[in-house]
Amino acid sequence: MFFLFSAIIVVFSILTVTSRRILRAATFLLFVLVSTAGLYFMLRFNFLAAIQLTLYAGGIVVLIIFSILLTSQVGAKLELPGLTKRSWAALAAITGAFLCIYTILQYEFPAPPVPLERTDVHVIGKALISTDKYGYALPFEVISILLLAAMVGSIIIAKKRKD
Amino acid sequence: MFEGVPLTWFLVVATIMFFIGIYGFLVRRNLITILMSLELILNSVCINFVAFNKLLYPQHLEGMFFTVFIIAVAAAEASVAIAIIINIYRRLVDIDVEKMQEMKH
Repeated sequence: MFFLFSAIIVVFSILTVTSRRILRAATFLLFVLVSTAGLYFMLRFNFLAAIQLTLYAGGIVVLIIFSILLTSQVGAKLELPGLTKRSWAALAAITGAFLCIYTILQYEFPAPPVPLERTDVHVIGKALISTDKYGYALPFEVISILLLAAMVGSIIIAKKRKD
Repeated sequence: MFEGVPLTWFLVVATIMFFIGIYGFLVRRNLITILMSLELILNSVCINFVAFNKLLYPQHLEGMFFTVFIIAVAAAEASVAIAIIINIYRRLVDIDVEKMQEMKH
């Protein structure tokens, strides 16, 4: 199961950044996000996987597809960047990936303890509004203000000017 | 279901995804595709958080809450970025990053 999801993630990530049709790239991004939600389900974070499906795969991808339809012709192919630029970027990415993977493989992680069965929504909700030690009331409020600010800001930026 | 899958493999998958996102970020010239590469990067970081949370400290929920907050920030960032992109498109009729030089000087 893990291998299936990770194979989907890797293959469709590569297709997302190399596809020359922008709408197809958005669809491949959708596949990547959905199989990430599958990974979360595999780790038994059901609530988080639901959030991933609704917010990322449902909300952000739809937003991206709308903006693609607003700003570019459907079916038009993106022009390829120069070969030198592509090879330098690929070199940087592959070098970084090899360095990171090498470091990860060197490190000895402690053996995993016995995992809990599943994370209950009761626990999540209580932690999200509690002000105790493992409570997240302050980040919750901050993120609400951030979302409000982003909403107002994007409406103001995108609205038509009268001039 | 995930018993037997070590933490390292999750981290390796997330690393590969992160650097594919970096590659797209460097190579792409259309603003929306750059935004999509950014989503890939954020998503790989989320996978890291969740895997650390579940496979090292399953009695706490820190990684899950960080992932929830990352998703919220990503949604806010995508909406603002798309508003900016639409505004740029209305003014310049092109969203290629190499042709955007009006705000430079």
